[in-house]
Amino acid sequence: MILLVVEYSQGKVSKSTKEMATAARGMGREGPITLLVLGSGVASVAEDAALFADQVLVADKPELAQYDPEVWASAVAQIAKQGEAHTVLIGGSRSGREYSPRVAVKLNAPLIEDAITLTDRNGVLVAAHYTFLSRVTETVEAEGPVSVVTVKPGAFAASQPLTAAAEQYDAELELPQPRLTVTGKTAEKTERISLADADLVVSGGRGVDSPEGFQQLVVALADQLGAAVGATRALVDAGWRPYSEQVGQTGKTVQPKAYIAVGISGAVQHLSGMNKSKFIVAINKDANAPIFKIADYGIVGDVHQIIPAMITELRK
Amino acid sequence: MRMLTVIRQVLDAEETVSIQDGTVALDGRKLVLDTMDEYGVEEALRLREAGAEGAEVVALAIGPARTEEALRSALAMGADRAILVETNAPLDVIAVSSVVAQVARSEQVDLIFCGGQQADWDSQALGAATAEQLEWPQTTWTSALALQDGMLTGKHDVDAGSESFTLPLPAVVTTQQALNEPRYPTLPNIMKAKKKELRRVPLGDYGVSPKLRIVGVEVQVKERRRNIIDGKDASAAAARLVDLLRHDAGVIG
Repeated sequence: MILLVVEYSQGKVSKSTKEMATAARGMGREGPITLLVLGSGVASVAEDAALFADQVLVADKPELAQYDPEVWASAVAQIAKQGEAHTVLIGGSRSGREYSPRVAVKLNAPLIEDAITLTDRNGVLVAAHYTFLSRVTETVEAEGPVSVVTVKPGAFAASQPLTAAAEQYDAELELPQPRLTVTGKTAEKTERISLADADLVVSGGRGVDSPEGFQQLVVALADQLGAAVGATRALVDAGWRPYSEQVGQTGKTVQPKAYIAVGISGAVQHLSGMNKSKFIVAINKDANAPIFKIADYGIVGDVHQIIPAMITELRK
Repeated sequence: MRMLTVIRQVLDAEETVSIQDGTVALDGRKLVLDTMDEYGVEEALRLREAGAEGAEVVALAIGPARTEEALRSALAMGADRAILVETNAPLDVIAVSSVVAQVARSEQVDLIFCGGQQADWDSQALGAATAEQLEWPQTTWTSALALQDGMLTGKHDVDAGSESFTLPLPAVVTTQQALNEPRYPTLPNIMKAKKKELRRVPLGDYGVSPKLRIVGVEVQVKERRRNIIDGKDASAAAARLVDLLRHDAGVIG
């Protein structure tokens, strides 16, 4: 079987789950597509998941109320063994990238990280993924009876729900005790359109000079365009912007129709998070800033002058 | 208390990427200690300096002979000694994790640091895979860390924000940018590093083989329009840019 670990939020399967369902259907491997729902109080998630699968396995237990890498890896590996899965698909989220290596080790399986394509070629799983800070596309072949794959968010189209819901079964699991104890949580706030879903992203860097500058330039332009807001690591580290807005190697990867970089010089770590954008627009006072090397459109000039002028122009 | 800090030698981020003989060309390019791994070296040094009992910092790399340079950088930062598991063979991250785990066992290590993401393979898996090989717990994307009475406390990033945590040793910690500010090696320390112990071990001793085979490598070159406007006249430049976005790119209404 193809085992797919469901990612969800607020009682519904996430877009990433629907994308993985597309990957599972399109890769040309036999076997039922089995969605595994792990959590506590996840009946509505399981119901939703049933519209994207051949069968749904549900582990609804209090011990699964909170994600833990060791607990998740143990659960997924047990199910994969029980069902003799030949392919295990896990979301390319932070948590998915964190526990998937453990699943691979437990199953003595190869691990493909952040796949953007997935095809079976005579029993061998072939996948493409990015390497060298997203500057290179590498194609790999995985051998053996089972492969573990994390799927890059946004790489596959989201599946449409089926008309008939699949059967649900309870999963039999023995779970380990988590050893990492969570003593506090800081949640992200997301008031506006999320970075992952936005067609337009306006992002700011050091060139905005201050938190107020960010508000007056980046947020104002994003509001005018109905765009999502992004920021560089430097601004997040400085406490000017929340981590949820960070774009780059250690933040989010985005692929909008247009990415508007305001006062961003373009460190390679930042570029690796946005260089797949359809169009890149840069406004920066330094004509030699690396961002201009990958920009489709840009203005060499003072963001404090240019952005207000752009907003005025857009209002016309 | 012994800490193992796993490092890689990677292409400098400022270098351009090109393909030669089916692989990313590294010959004659500037190669450096992976920035993500520097945070691990730095954090281990800080724990040693904070007085962790009998603390020793061992830098480990798995790679070709030239990787010695990156290990010397870690030694110049202050690591006590280094181990190079030498190989020219292509490995995958799970195979590497098996080597790291075997070294950790034979060296009787209590704490392992790995970079949060490798700048060459873009892999985030080494820390977790190593932890699983050893049946140790882990924390990934760690942004703050302290050690007291054999217990780690700290902060790390998760799907929807960040968490504070406690974690018993032995454990694996993966790093990220916010963890610390890695020190620059001083000249005296660079000189000293040349005399520090660097043990070479052949990969054959560890009996690992990769399960992934690289069959294609391609540089992503997206042609960009490079239509750059001089912004001296702000309103004229802004008007031109908005016009391009509307009519040339068609991305705004």
